[in-house]
Amino acid sequence: MTSTSQMPLGGVPSTVALDRPFLSVKDLSVSFPTEDGLVQAVEGVSLSLERGKTLAIVGESGSGKSVTAQAIMGLVNRRAAKVTGEIWLDGQELVGLPQHEVQELMGDEIAMIFQDPMSSLHPFYRIGDQIVEAITAHRQVGKVQARRETLEMLQHVGIPAAERRIDAYPHQLSGGMRQRVMIAMALINSPQLLIADEPTTALDVTVQAQILELIARLQREFGTTVILITHDLGIVADVADDVAVMYGGRIVELASTETLYDYPEMPYTLGLLSSVPRMDRKLPERLDPIRGNPPSPIKLPKGCVFQPRCDYWQRVPGEACLTVRPELLESEPDHFVRCHLKVEERQQIARDVKQILAGGPQ
Amino acid sequence: MFAYLVRRVLGMFLLLFLLSVTVFVLFSLLPGDPARLSCGKACTTSIIEANRHRLGLDDPVPTQYVKFVSGIFFGRTFSPESPQPIECEAPCLGYSFTRHEEVMSLISRSAPVTFFLAVGAFVIWIFFGLLLGIVAALNRGKWIDRLIMGVSLVGYSMPAFFIGLVLIFFVIIKWQFLPFPSYVQPWENPFQFFQTMLLPWIVLATLYAAFYIRLTRNQVLEVLSDDYVRTARAKGLPERRVVVKHALRAGLTPIVTAAGLDLAGLLGGAIISENIFSLPGLGSLAVSSITDSDLPIITGLTLLTAAIIIFANLVVDLLYAVIDPRVRIS
Repeated sequence: MTSTSQMPLGGVPSTVALDRPFLSVKDLSVSFPTEDGLVQAVEGVSLSLERGKTLAIVGESGSGKSVTAQAIMGLVNRRAAKVTGEIWLDGQELVGLPQHEVQELMGDEIAMIFQDPMSSLHPFYRIGDQIVEAITAHRQVGKVQARRETLEMLQHVGIPAAERRIDAYPHQLSGGMRQRVMIAMALINSPQLLIADEPTTALDVTVQAQILELIARLQREFGTTVILITHDLGIVADVADDVAVMYGGRIVELASTETLYDYPEMPYTLGLLSSVPRMDRKLPERLDPIRGNPPSPIKLPKGCVFQPRCDYWQRVPGEACLTVRPELLESEPDHFVRCHLKVEERQQIARDVKQILAGGPQ
Repeated sequence: MFAYLVRRVLGMFLLLFLLSVTVFVLFSLLPGDPARLSCGKACTTSIIEANRHRLGLDDPVPTQYVKFVSGIFFGRTFSPESPQPIECEAPCLGYSFTRHEEVMSLISRSAPVTFFLAVGAFVIWIFFGLLLGIVAALNRGKWIDRLIMGVSLVGYSMPAFFIGLVLIFFVIIKWQFLPFPSYVQPWENPFQFFQTMLLPWIVLATLYAAFYIRLTRNQVLEVLSDDYVRTARAKGLPERRVVVKHALRAGLTPIVTAAGLDLAGLLGGAIISENIFSLPGLGSLAVSSITDSDLPIITGLTLLTAAIIIFANLVVDLLYAVIDPRVRIS
């Protein structure tokens, strides 16, 4: 495979494409028929992940990142949505599974942490009982044993005075503590795959770091594979092995974390990276936001979904950006980009942008 | 919690006090002279004045009120100077000179009828209201949802007397499935009691169930999209457990409120249903005493109904605390 081979992405990046990757998503599409038309939330998403690794899916609201996660989890309402493609988890295909088998996997093999710990715990039940319920849903365990496991897990996720807090109601705990409870609940059945959907967005900045550290520590201890959904590229660098950038329901760039940070290619990724506030950056003092708004999933642009916000589409000869959907192609080994710009050209653009951001000559 | 309870009970009595004063003042302002009404056709001014004195209506309104309230706690004697004074033991809610009977004994005779009518209907409508509401919510947009909502709309929009009369006509007169209603106490003849109560229960339950189906459906639909319901699903719980234990429990509060107040309202008398089925309950008593302008009975019934509703409010608020732990702390 040459470094600039333009073969369509049939499989997956080779760092993770061992004989059989732990998680492999192929051509996943999710659409919701609504009165206003078909909402194409996710289209043609393919990715894969090795056991014990962390994949970050990054994107703005409405980029399809959460829906992708929920589709992998099996949480997308099958009555309301149409899900096509394949999701292979440890040799088992999930999209075609009957609902009761999906139910058996959820909370057991695959677990999820949600964005808002304030509203994700049931306000009427004690937190201990809510975790015990997750145990008894999947295992034949006595009440005493389940409670003991719950207590141990609460201590493990760093809840002080857990023997007292186990009988607390959610409203008696702070946001950070509640997210720890959610993490304890997610990990109680030792899942193989943990999906964290913006786990720190609703939390104070100081607490954010604690929660991310906790997830990373537990991942090391339990050998869990993690998918981290976030809109914040700032937190990705420390925790993720690979990054998938999503835009308009599609993956627009997929690479290892180092590659993505050091050699981004897709203009949208460049925009995201220049939007991250950084203390070590001297100039320019203002942030560089991406102009415009994300596209409506009901009325996506005909060509490249990012074209209306792209600063460089006119450098592509003809009207390809306006009329042709670009494919996700391998630009360097294990670096996939969805863009009509020539590889050399977008690499040059990236270098220029980086130089400007670093305060170099303009 | 205890302090809260004490505060609420004190508040309840304060409210009842204010309410009874209002009732007294309003009724004293009403046109129509109870003394005149209580003496039939052949009346002279002197008889009316005598009656007025006998009824205690010549006292100023505050005195009347004090006598009434002390009668509730200590009993009272009507027309004490006459040869046959009327003893009314505590709790005395007054004396009907039209019927020559204590208001309290009239009410305690009618109350069980209304109680059984209301509670029976309540059980039926809560059961079907919740059940059909949940079924409709879970099948939103499908034919079963439309069927349930359609039927409930029909039930909701038909007046009680219409459903009642239709049922009487077909079930009792035409098909003769049931005998004509004739109320007996359940401990005297349970079978006849059920035969009598069945149709009134159905009529009342239909009216109320229609509302509860809609309420339950809306509540469940709203709560089903909440984050903690998603969490429950993500635990891998069976859908039935998600709906009943997580969604319904969270959506229960408005249903409990409505149920408490509706039941309380009915316990004060189901006027139309009682009349159609000739049940001698509080509703029938209220109608006939209004026709007779029998003020002592009307006063007694008004205060009783108010007391029931105020009490039901307290019970509903306490139930909140049982349902929602967040209420308990504050």
